[in-house]
Amino acid sequence: MSNKEWPLWEVFIRSKQGLNHKHVGSLRAPDATLALANARDVYTRRSEGISIWVIESNNVHASDPSDADSLFEPSDTKVYRHPTFYEVPDGIKHM
Amino acid sequence: MNMKPMDLQELEKRFQEKIDKEIKIEPNDWMPDEYRKTLIRQISQHAHSEIVGMLPEGNWITRAPNLRRKAVLLAKVQDEAGHGLYLYSSVETLGADREATIDDLHSGKAKYSSIFNYPAVTWADIGTIGWLVDGAAIMNQVALCRCSYGPYARGMVKICKEESFHQRQGFESLVTLCNGTPTQKAMAQDAMNRFWWPSLMMFGPSDDESPNSAQSMKWKIKRFSNDELRQSFVDATVPQAEILGLTIPDPNLKWNEETGHYDFSPINWDEFWQVVKGNGPCNKERIEARTKAKEEGMWVREAAMAYAEKRALKKTA
Amino acid sequence: MKNEALYNYVLRLGDDSLILGQRLGEWCGHGPILEEDIAMTNISLDLIGQAMSLLDYVGEIEGQGKDHDALAFLRFENEYRNALLLEQPNGDFANTMMRQFLFDAFRKPLYEKLLESTDQQIAAIAEKSLKETKYHLKHSSEWIIRLGDGTDESHQRAQTALDLLWRYTDELFFETADDVSLVASGIVPSMNEIKTQWSKTVQSVLEEATLVIPTNNWQFEGGRRGIHSEHLGFLLADLQYMQRAYPNMKW
Repeated sequence: MSNKEWPLWEVFIRSKQGLNHKHVGSLRAPDATLALANARDVYTRRSEGISIWVIESNNVHASDPSDADSLFEPSDTKVYRHPTFYEVPDGIKHM
Repeated sequence: MNMKPMDLQELEKRFQEKIDKEIKIEPNDWMPDEYRKTLIRQISQHAHSEIVGMLPEGNWITRAPNLRRKAVLLAKVQDEAGHGLYLYSSVETLGADREATIDDLHSGKAKYSSIFNYPAVTWADIGTIGWLVDGAAIMNQVALCRCSYGPYARGMVKICKEESFHQRQGFESLVTLCNGTPTQKAMAQDAMNRFWWPSLMMFGPSDDESPNSAQSMKWKIKRFSNDELRQSFVDATVPQAEILGLTIPDPNLKWNEETGHYDFSPINWDEFWQVVKGNGPCNKERIEARTKAKEEGMWVREAAMAYAEKRALKKTA
Repeated sequence: MKNEALYNYVLRLGDDSLILGQRLGEWCGHGPILEEDIAMTNISLDLIGQAMSLLDYVGEIEGQGKDHDALAFLRFENEYRNALLLEQPNGDFANTMMRQFLFDAFRKPLYEKLLESTDQQIAAIAEKSLKETKYHLKHSSEWIIRLGDGTDESHQRAQTALDLLWRYTDELFFETADDVSLVASGIVPSMNEIKTQWSKTVQSVLEEATLVIPTNNWQFEGGRRGIHSEHLGFLLADLQYMQRAYPNMKW
């Protein structure tokens, strides 16, 4: 007999057609079928969604916050990736 | 990666700087052990309060006076289960295990809001709980929406949004009673008499008696002191009681022109501490009911787990 | 009454929803795990909502100005027409889920047929209720499969529940001579059709759950005629308490 508690699942909800699924929280469930059912009952009581994803939490791999400076700061200096970096003469339209 | 390990002081300094700059702390960020512990304690207590709070009201679901009120009460008590779950889910982001924190509740190690140790004996209590108890809870929770810990703050935003109907439905129910027959009005006044003081106690001990408050304020887990929140609650509630035509059971309650607040009598802290320590009218019943639900649910949870394992095995075989 | 046959038929539908909704409400705050507590309350809410629409319609057919509350709260015990199955106590979670499953498997094909009713109001109620009932059936089927094919203990509990509740299933397909006229005018389906569908669902789910249909097919009935088990009185004592103790007040 298994004496383990149900695993934790992360829940993602698409609130309406055209938008991404967004993380809304977590819950416990024994398997994916019940995780989806539970997510429906727990996280869409007020018509918050039209589609649900569930992912077992231990399958989520996260970047380490202490690496944040080396991961994300280098892109801060690459200003040429943004259109505002470039000057165009006055009067140019649709660019 | 070869980084010089930062010393603890430096980490704490950076942590506090983030807090001071209103940058939210997220689950994997470095945080002082004490911050983590404080949050685990506070959020799980909050979650337990939601779950235990289902019981006094749940006890009226089968007896609600009409089908509309029955549906409203079911939806409200269900929300409390949902809110408990959102909160447990934030506790788990701190590395605590939900079921372990629930076991702490059952063993008496973890506390929950003392208000739920009072009995709900008449239908008017249901309206009064919605109005006063949820009203007090919302005061607290709105402040917590700006808490420095991201998952807790986000959970509180969701909860506050959903809870706005809880207080309203309670007030509406009381309006009906207060505009009803003399029997109904008396029922409402009686509920008010019993729930007023316990509702004020919900904000916790006075600031000078609340040892963790200062640190929690510095960490921006708390934004307002217990006494400040209690005063805001009294100020907001007195005019509402007047509209209902109910008398607040405090002969010293009166508007203070100078402070711009209502003055009220001192709170009976002996009663508060007795209830917190387990000597309230319903402490025993509440914990027994929750323990029973968990114990009697064990075979159900095990069955579902066993089935999932069997299925997983079949798939890989 | 102008349309007594229709009145009785819709009353049965309404009372089934009301009594099961009331029973499920007893679980709120006591479920085996938080997630399931929330799920059962959702089902209870759906059923109470269905009871409101159905009983409002019953009042309309009767034409004496009664609304759903007058009907739900102010009848005597022998005036309730729910099937005996639905008033049975919750028991353990296996018993509650088995009762739910046996009922959902009946309600889904029934609503599917009522969707085509020549009575507009019934068709409209069926449309809304069918969506809810499909989910209820999925939920209860999933659980019956997990309990039946879970651990030895859960299997035993599920089988015990099935043995106990099987005796109340025939009554779900109760049909009077009056109903035959409703069938003829396309207002309701014949129960034969519903029973065929029900048997198919029940057999396939129970088989997957490794549960065995009892060989003793001795059946109880009575609820549809107003003759109830001892359990209904207590359920009504709770349900009607406020309306009986404080008559003629608004809440």
